[in-house]
Amino acid sequence: MSNLGKAFENGKAFIAFLTCGDPDLETTAAAVRAAAENGADLIELGIPFSDPTAEGPVIQAANLRALKGGVTTDSIFAFVRELRRDVSIPLAFMTYANVVFSYGPERFLCACRDIGIDGLILPDVPFEEKDEFQPVCRKYGVDFISLIAPTSENRIAMIAREAEGFVYVVSSLGVTGVRKKIQTDLAKIVGVIRENTDVPCAIGFGISTPAQAKEMAAVSDGVIVGSAIVRLLAEYGKDAPAHIGAYVRSMKEALR
Amino acid sequence: MKVTNPNGRFGIHGGQYIPETLMNAVIELERAYNHYKNDPGFQRELTRLLNEYAGRPSRLYYAEKMTRELGGAKIYLKREDLNHTGAHKINNVLGQALLAKRMGKTRLIAETGAGQHGVATATAAALMGMECVVFMGEEDTVRQALNVYRMRLLGAEVIPVKSGTATLKDAVSEAMREWTSRIEDTHYCLGSVMGPHPFPTIVRDFQAVISKEIKEQMMEKEGRLPDAVIACVGGGSNAIGSFYHFIEEKSVRLIGCEAAGRGIDTFETAATVNTGKLGIFHGMKSYFCQDEYGQIAPVYSISAGLDYPGVGPEHAYLHDIGRAEYVPVTDDEAVCAFEYLARTEGIIPAIESAHAVAYAMKLVPAMDKRDIVVITISGRGDKDCAAIARYRGEDIHE
Repeated sequence: MSNLGKAFENGKAFIAFLTCGDPDLETTAAAVRAAAENGADLIELGIPFSDPTAEGPVIQAANLRALKGGVTTDSIFAFVRELRRDVSIPLAFMTYANVVFSYGPERFLCACRDIGIDGLILPDVPFEEKDEFQPVCRKYGVDFISLIAPTSENRIAMIAREAEGFVYVVSSLGVTGVRKKIQTDLAKIVGVIRENTDVPCAIGFGISTPAQAKEMAAVSDGVIVGSAIVRLLAEYGKDAPAHIGAYVRSMKEALR
Repeated sequence: MKVTNPNGRFGIHGGQYIPETLMNAVIELERAYNHYKNDPGFQRELTRLLNEYAGRPSRLYYAEKMTRELGGAKIYLKREDLNHTGAHKINNVLGQALLAKRMGKTRLIAETGAGQHGVATATAAALMGMECVVFMGEEDTVRQALNVYRMRLLGAEVIPVKSGTATLKDAVSEAMREWTSRIEDTHYCLGSVMGPHPFPTIVRDFQAVISKEIKEQMMEKEGRLPDAVIACVGGGSNAIGSFYHFIEEKSVRLIGCEAAGRGIDTFETAATVNTGKLGIFHGMKSYFCQDEYGQIAPVYSISAGLDYPGVGPEHAYLHDIGRAEYVPVTDDEAVCAFEYLARTEGIIPAIESAHAVAYAMKLVPAMDKRDIVVITISGRGDKDCAAIARYRGEDIHE
């Protein structure tokens, strides 16, 4: 059991995603602080992967920028340790199975505990493969986050029953990225989840505007925003943190 | 309820490492496949297509001149290059397209490296009246411009993939992304024995016709099994097809030839079993070329079809248990073999297949004259002529 639950104690949660090292770790640190100061309840820190198959073009490009800048799993661990001196909101890593597998799940999660990471999201590890990661996560007090998609249907109950931390509800088909309209019947999906677990539900994929956030939060416990924030980094680079702070504030306000 | 996944593994390899969005799609595919693989009507239709449309069985040709010149084992060539569309890829594609059609899908998507699988998929889509979209690394669309034209001629849309290294691995990633955004009417016609379960099994079963025929033809011609079967390995579909019915025949050496590019001691290589390590990527656990942090390496080979940083999970398993050998073959060796086979037997092999020919040229002279070797010529080399000419410093216009 981690501190992730705290993210849902402050009304509807606003969860921000950033790719570590995009464009460099100093900027990521400033962006995390800006997001935290302006009301983000949880930060998802992406450890970049060379071939992020669940990501749309915006986050794909962020992964490549970060890797080009030279960040590694180890430099990101050192960065989070440093960040933890003054950032107290819950933090989760979001990366791909091979990043954890090649580091060694045991070694990776032991480091997560030591630096104060609360959750782990691996979009390419579905229910059927989670036994390779979830027990190790549990051992080190890190929540393994389960994802539920619009296509999950008969699988929702099974996944929800073993969920920890929060349930990541994928709003739409396809990869990450800003969408004009979200058409999935999310209230229905969240309804099935709630019949099977008390763990909170946050909706992600495609959310960028305060109006969308409000709409999504009405049927869930929080929203996750990635591409819209990463886009600010692509546009403003080192100057992005101020813009991210203002954006997070507007989104969190819409959730109040 | 505990869902176990006993069939998705080859030893420790394989599995289903994919986004939740795709899970019901692969479960549905597995269910449909398990049903139709035992359905006489489906099998009859597939056999009819393979024989009447694709031109099976492919010949097992005794390469007499090559045998005499190399002075060792007797060499047979399994002529998958003679199939309709010019490669073994059609075996798998006809099976998957027929399966997709029975599943009510109206649209096929595919990745392609050299373009052979893309052409085969576009062909099957044209034949069966399905929509077709092929993802191809931008770099490969340049290397294999002729195949891009063929796909378009067949009515497919070809999407050049610019992300990453703009080669086969990026085409696979992009096809997977496309599949997550459109599942209802779309089947992902994966071209090799890779990706999440059940693809490695489905593709292997559809390609196993190669070894089934080799076995029958060999018994007919020689009255016995061969001593070695040699095939090139990228993802490994023609190799597993060539090996499959011999896996239990322990006297038959199974040799997979990997693309070593400029050499396995350089970074410009795609020899996964020889230089990679265990990892998880593109839906499967297997061996991958990667750095110490698990970042997938930008691999290199002259052959667009072998230019992939991973290998199918069943090959990884056959390597682990020592049942098959995986040997590296460089660009240079493959190009020499490409030219040699053209000159000696009048057969221009695909540059992919030339990797298998190259290794046979090293192996055969040291073997006994009574030994028999089968080399699978997985495809024909017309598509490669311009690139090989360039490799030799000659610029020709296609």
